[in-house]
Amino acid sequence: MKPRTLFQKVWDDHVVVQEPDRPAVLYIDLQLIHEVTSPQAFTGLRERGLKVRRPDKTVATMDHSTPTLPKSLWVIDDQSKAQLDQLETNCKEFGVELFALGDSRNGIVHVIGPERGFTQPGKTIVCGDSHTSTHGAFGALAFGIGTSEVEHVLATQCLLQRKAKTLEVRLDGQLMPGVTAKDIILALCAEIGTGGGTGYVIEFTGSAIRNLDMEGRMTVCNMSIEAGARAGMIAPDETTFEYLKGRDRVPQGADWDAAVERWSQLRTDEGATFDKTVVIDANQLEPMITYGTNPGMGMQIGESMPTADSFENASQRAAFEKAMGYMGLRPGQPLLGQKIDVVFIGSCTNSRIGDLRMAAGVFSGRKVAEGVRTLVVPGSHDIKKQAEAEGLDEIFKDAGAEWREPGCSMCIAMNGDNLEPGQYAVSTSNRNFEGRQGKGGRTFLASPLTAAASAITGKVTDPRSLLLS
Amino acid sequence: MAKFTTLTSHAVPLPAENVDTDQIIPARFLKVTDKHGLGDSLFCDWRYLKDGSDNPEFVLNEAASQGARILIAGNNFGSGSSREHAPWALVGWGFRAIISTGFADIFRSNSLKNGLLPVEVNAEVYKALMEAVQRDRSTKITIELPTQSVTGVDGLEATFPIDAFSKHCLLEGVDQLGYLLSFDEQITSYEQQRT
Ligand code: SF4
Repeated sequence: MKPRTLFQKVWDDHVVVQEPDRPAVLYIDLQLIHEVTSPQAFTGLRERGLKVRRPDKTVATMDHSTPTLPKSLWVIDDQSKAQLDQLETNCKEFGVELFALGDSRNGIVHVIGPERGFTQPGKTIVCGDSHTSTHGAFGALAFGIGTSEVEHVLATQCLLQRKAKTLEVRLDGQLMPGVTAKDIILALCAEIGTGGGTGYVIEFTGSAIRNLDMEGRMTVCNMSIEAGARAGMIAPDETTFEYLKGRDRVPQGADWDAAVERWSQLRTDEGATFDKTVVIDANQLEPMITYGTNPGMGMQIGESMPTADSFENASQRAAFEKAMGYMGLRPGQPLLGQKIDVVFIGSCTNSRIGDLRMAAGVFSGRKVAEGVRTLVVPGSHDIKKQAEAEGLDEIFKDAGAEWREPGCSMCIAMNGDNLEPGQYAVSTSNRNFEGRQGKGGRTFLASPLTAAASAITGKVTDPRSLLLS
Repeated sequence: MAKFTTLTSHAVPLPAENVDTDQIIPARFLKVTDKHGLGDSLFCDWRYLKDGSDNPEFVLNEAASQGARILIAGNNFGSGSSREHAPWALVGWGFRAIISTGFADIFRSNSLKNGLLPVEVNAEVYKALMEAVQRDRSTKITIELPTQSVTGVDGLEATFPIDAFSKHCLLEGVDQLGYLLSFDEQITSYEQQRT
């Protein structure tokens, strides 16, 4: 048989029908649901008198507009409440398992999928959410879809899909201390731009990827979409199996052994080719930060921002100038030392226990700078519990940070956690679009280490200056 | 789904690059449970001033934009989130086609499911159209789906790509879910094989 890429293998395995000149009918093994992008899909089913074809392959959570204030189930407004209620009604009516607000298994959709073991190598996974790419860290083919497609999958467990091209992003070498998975993916976004991966599925390869733990791999795949790629994948290996073993929804006993055997085949064959390859030297990576209003506008933290004449064409220059205007920053200046108002540590990119440990390592024995509001929002209740068992919550609180209930929170600012107009934030989330974290708010995307270090000094700070001191 | 064959209209020029779905429709408007009424929130943060009144400097508020069915926008339009609220808002305002040099994948797919045609042209054609429209806002552009062509600006005749299936669906108003449901038997046998 012709050598195949990991993507090709998972794709081939799920094609139900492929007619000439038509998109493939692709079987979906798991659909994740949340409150924001699903109501119209369930309404569509009702209007047509359809059922959910495979409730057993469908799981729902509440995360986007849920409150994060401790011990309160206060929901920001009537509309959010209506949306949450609607999800509950829909799940009940259609027989879909729901991890509702208050359930100990509740959390951000892309955090709980892997955590509970729903996410597995070789699966096709979709959700009405672009960061579904996260699950590709396990060697799944996972991508975001629109609400019409959510309805298609609910009704038929299938999607009409055209096959994407493949992009290999290879990272060999050793990350320097203070450089994290987040810096890898921000560096890729800066290198190829937010449209660079359009039309491709990325496979991340190389020793620097192999050396990442599952949480780091999820951070990398999570932001594949910020590089324009709908999905990012990493071939499963011992690290993957180790992470999954014993989780709620993975096969157990003899079935587990058979699964590992099967999953071990899921790697790109020797001799298989990609449509395109990008090589990044992991040894050269530095902590990264964004300065503009899309995730591609990033740089090494010690660099100066570009100036308009460093861009090739007029519309790029215009985009850059518009971004500088929104951000209230001067081209050509460094960002180090830029005063900030808020630090947000959380989101499906960086809210897992490893992220919190990293941040706690910086906060430990230090205090958040006066006037800086710092929010630490774990990705799920499991993570919250684990962090509290390790005493991380005490470290955050002692430092003067707020320790919150799980949810998307200030990543998308739908639940009442938001920036005020004009405020600057260092955020571990994934999008720095205008208004993303609150109308008029200005976001610098960075790693948990950089975010925590910046919280301590009140300014954009290279975490190595604190880690090494 | 609404059919699409030929569209002739004046256009709204929005030369910004990388217009993301958070700009098209900010997250605070995603709390709805139906698809309708989002047109008023399209480009909300650019379109309205702090007090809620129209921002006279934003192109959508200009008299010349009213009634336009075509948007011409900079490269990589629709990047970011998978929210189908973005095409719902664009269609809600009245757009039926967007001309750009590139579209984000999920946005393109969502648009096609809502009768909103993404017209991808090369940089040269984009520039010619953008300049013509900016010079004379009453310029009429014609988009013909059967021939996949864009005309209307002197001497300019351009084509755009679209896959055969999406084209067929738009021309005939095919309901994609209905099409998928017709494979029920194959889906069932696939499921049986796999278990
Ligand atoms: S944390 Fe942010 S990016 Fe992730 S699912 Fe929630 S809103 Fe989307």
